[in-house]
Amino acid sequence: MKLKTALALLALAGMTGVANAQLSDGVLKIGVLNDQSGLYADVTGQGSVIAARMAVEDFGAAAKGIKVEIVFADHQNKPDVGSAIVRQWIDRDGVDVIADVPTSSVALAVNEIVKEKNKMFLVSGAASAALTGSACTPNTVHWTYDNWALANGTAKAIVQAGGDSWYFLTADYAFGHDLEAQVAAVVKGANGKVVGAVRHPLSTADFSSFLLQAQASKAKVIGLANAGGDTTNAIKQAGEFGIAKGGQKLAGLLIFVTDVHSLGLQIAQGLQFTESFYWDQNDASRAFTKRFAPQVKGNHPTMIHAGVYAGVTHLLKAVEAAKTDDGAKLVAKMKELPTDDPLFGKGRIREDGRKVHDMYLFEAKTPAESKHPWDYYKLVRTIPAAEAFRPLADGGCSLVKKG
Amino acid sequence: MDFFGIPPQALLGQLLLGLINGAFYAMLSLGLAVIFGMLNIINFTHGAQYMMGAFAAYFLLHYLGLGYWWALILAPIGVGAVGVAIERTMLRHLYKLDHLYGLLLTFGLALVVQGLFQNEFGSSGLPYRIPAELQGGQNLGFMFLPNYRAWVVLVSLAVCLATWFLIERTRLGAYLRAATENPALVQAFGINVPRMITLTYGFGVALAAFAGVLAAPIYQVNPLMGSNLIIIVFAVVVIGGMGSIMGAILTGFGLGLIEGLTKVFYPEASSTVIFVIMALVLLVKPAGLFGRTA
Amino acid sequence: MGFQHRVMIGLGAVGILAPFVVYPIFLMKALCFALFAAAFNLLVGYVGLLSFGHAMFLGMAGYAAGHAAKVWGLPPELAILFGTAVAAALGLVVGAIAIRRQGIYFAMTTLALAQMVYFFCLQVPFTGGEDGIQAIPRGRMFGFLDLADTLTLYYVVLAIVAAGFLLIYRTIHSPFGQILKAIRENEPRAISLGYRVDHYKLLAFILSAALAGVAGATKAIVFQLASLTDVTWQMSGEVVLMTLLGGLGTVFGPIAGAFIVIALETYLAQMGSWVLVIQGAIFVVCVLTFRRGVVGELARLVNRPL
Repeated sequence: MKLKTALALLALAGMTGVANAQLSDGVLKIGVLNDQSGLYADVTGQGSVIAARMAVEDFGAAAKGIKVEIVFADHQNKPDVGSAIVRQWIDRDGVDVIADVPTSSVALAVNEIVKEKNKMFLVSGAASAALTGSACTPNTVHWTYDNWALANGTAKAIVQAGGDSWYFLTADYAFGHDLEAQVAAVVKGANGKVVGAVRHPLSTADFSSFLLQAQASKAKVIGLANAGGDTTNAIKQAGEFGIAKGGQKLAGLLIFVTDVHSLGLQIAQGLQFTESFYWDQNDASRAFTKRFAPQVKGNHPTMIHAGVYAGVTHLLKAVEAAKTDDGAKLVAKMKELPTDDPLFGKGRIREDGRKVHDMYLFEAKTPAESKHPWDYYKLVRTIPAAEAFRPLADGGCSLVKKG
Repeated sequence: MDFFGIPPQALLGQLLLGLINGAFYAMLSLGLAVIFGMLNIINFTHGAQYMMGAFAAYFLLHYLGLGYWWALILAPIGVGAVGVAIERTMLRHLYKLDHLYGLLLTFGLALVVQGLFQNEFGSSGLPYRIPAELQGGQNLGFMFLPNYRAWVVLVSLAVCLATWFLIERTRLGAYLRAATENPALVQAFGINVPRMITLTYGFGVALAAFAGVLAAPIYQVNPLMGSNLIIIVFAVVVIGGMGSIMGAILTGFGLGLIEGLTKVFYPEASSTVIFVIMALVLLVKPAGLFGRTA
Repeated sequence: MGFQHRVMIGLGAVGILAPFVVYPIFLMKALCFALFAAAFNLLVGYVGLLSFGHAMFLGMAGYAAGHAAKVWGLPPELAILFGTAVAAALGLVVGAIAIRRQGIYFAMTTLALAQMVYFFCLQVPFTGGEDGIQAIPRGRMFGFLDLADTLTLYYVVLAIVAAGFLLIYRTIHSPFGQILKAIRENEPRAISLGYRVDHYKLLAFILSAALAGVAGATKAIVFQLASLTDVTWQMSGEVVLMTLLGGLGTVFGPIAGAFIVIALETYLAQMGSWVLVIQGAIFVVCVLTFRRGVVGELARLVNRPL
């Protein structure tokens, strides 16, 4: 008896499942998944949600007959929390696209699920180059940046400027190790040398001991292969211990405009780092910022926010052209169409899912050079799109045809 | 002559840095120990109160234009007052219950405080500068010692010893200690025990806020700064012996040293070494190094 | 039939029908945590030992099961069994050290050991560090139940959790359970009655660790993921929250507590840092107004043990 009811209900559930799938054709649902409360809440968080909404507005999706709905959630930087949310979004809520997802461990977990369920994954926040390398899928597009691009941009420029011996302060987890390895490869490739590294636990408050070890190493450059609070704490304390006065240079490998803001230029001045977007680059980016900032307590957009905006814009173009919300087909269309948006300009998406565009090496201004609030960066060098990202053949992505 | 590949001068520098970090542990665990000793409450809000101290320093500067030296006085008073309110409205009802409930209540409060600050100020942190009088540093030959760090060690040593003296050597301290043994009897002598307990909690909280102000110029002023620290400070108190004032101070400085050495020889383990020591101490001396009896 | 038995049958019926109303993956997560909390409650509610490091059993079992299923290619039932065995073995070691201490010192010893386990998990290569073990295959249970199907998986999880729960229930009501309660109420008296108290405590500890391991291993198979989250001290704190909220030392409390906490986390995920505020406020209200927990207060209302 009980079994029969269960089977009947099962059949019923199967039917509603089909009905839902049909319904989801009517609306494109984008789920912005990121850190809403922790370390990366300022660089991703609500800002990414707002950027996605702005993209939908600017595209005029409603007028073009595409119904778009945006939902968001907090993954707390935990892969299990993130994957649970994504499964629920896809299984129950009919979400078609997962966007942003900082923290590589979460992004890699989401990457698997999205592929399994044939949805679409639009990465902006995560740094892992594996997403378009060994873990690449036909359902993923990686927009803003990755570890390879950061290492390539910053390390190459610094080595060329004479900073040819490096010591690393590395956060002791996957992201830190990966970033360190990428940078070390670039340094060695440019005939520089790595004299040592120290691995610090995640969320260390006091870096003085590590800085002293770095100082003793006599390396010309101290590379910070960490992120968020760890990076800003290390930079702040490096100033205190007179690292720069001793002739050593700090290289922040992952730095966002919000980090510079929280450090203040007095401490941040002279830092060099690589990004793909700065709010004060051109009229379009300034216009974007003017609309964006009031919605997030005055914070200016980071490159991740810009990447979400540009990515969603391109996604909508692909939806309009392909008239589908089938993940793999959408991504194929996105790769086929050239990209063009106000924040990143013209570009394209490679077959491994990597969006290629120029990257920029910036330097933090001195307090005297800063003329108005959030006037923080000056451009040192533009890294042209062709050399900004890992060559297609080196990634080991299975989608790339061997030839 | 090197120690495991580390020249002795470098080792000396690392020890000194360990001592400086130990100063923070000592001051924070001291507040925790005072509160536990007198109220029997394990104050898990301590980290949040430390964070509030740092934020108070930022507010004073940002909104009232009052600098570091004012913050050293005003922030502990302000945050201490918040502590008094918490004791009056909530903790008061828990004294007769198991430790667990005090711990859970304060844990909940810590989450509320942290959540509110995160909501308002985000997570990247706010800038706070070292006061002009304490900028720069001394070249000690074996290392460059920033003046501010030297100041931190001195002032926290002074505060720790003053607190110890107050509780262990003065009449007021004697009342306090007596009140924890037998509140009814002390009350019968005409001393207002509940008020004394309220003020003790306020004092412990003020110590945390004071440490927060000291930390503001060297660590990022960040809503998360306390939550990472509380569990370590908690371990320090347990190792020193729950409720032992001198135990908390000595263990704080001592563990700072050990952690400093770990950062040289096995940096990955530097946040774990304290727990290894805690497990060992609890095995050998269950009441902690300086605890009276379990 | 006793009142508790009727409640249990009712819960079982709800469990069987629930996936047609509520999202099954949410239910499975809550079920795993319910078993975890129930295992924890066995120790704190019936022996009076508050472990502040129980996440180590949950997390290690998850890693072990994940490794067994993914790298060794074991079927899910053996992977879960292996995870459980690892948790039990860890429980034996940790228990042997920790039960010499009482009260807050017991809690601190377990915390310290759990932090070491966390460090171990962070450092050894097989756990995959921050990324964890990902893409764990679900496989076929006993060779014929295809766990890739969500409903099949749900009923398997329900069966595992129900079995674990019944085991706990039987333990509490067995002579062994009576002795545990005697130890909780008055340890010296239990000793003077001739019971080898340490022996009983250790057994209870291992049982609790093993059951937490079942929960962790099952969770790893369900989510195809074993990660550092499950070994952090925050996770150890969360299980205390669940148990307290549901009702310390009640039979059904941990289940209620786990469902409430997981529901809050799932449905408030949109709220960002307000989740912290709400969770914290619940803690505070719970401690100040209903210390017996949801189920404890209910039991008082209906005047029957629950």
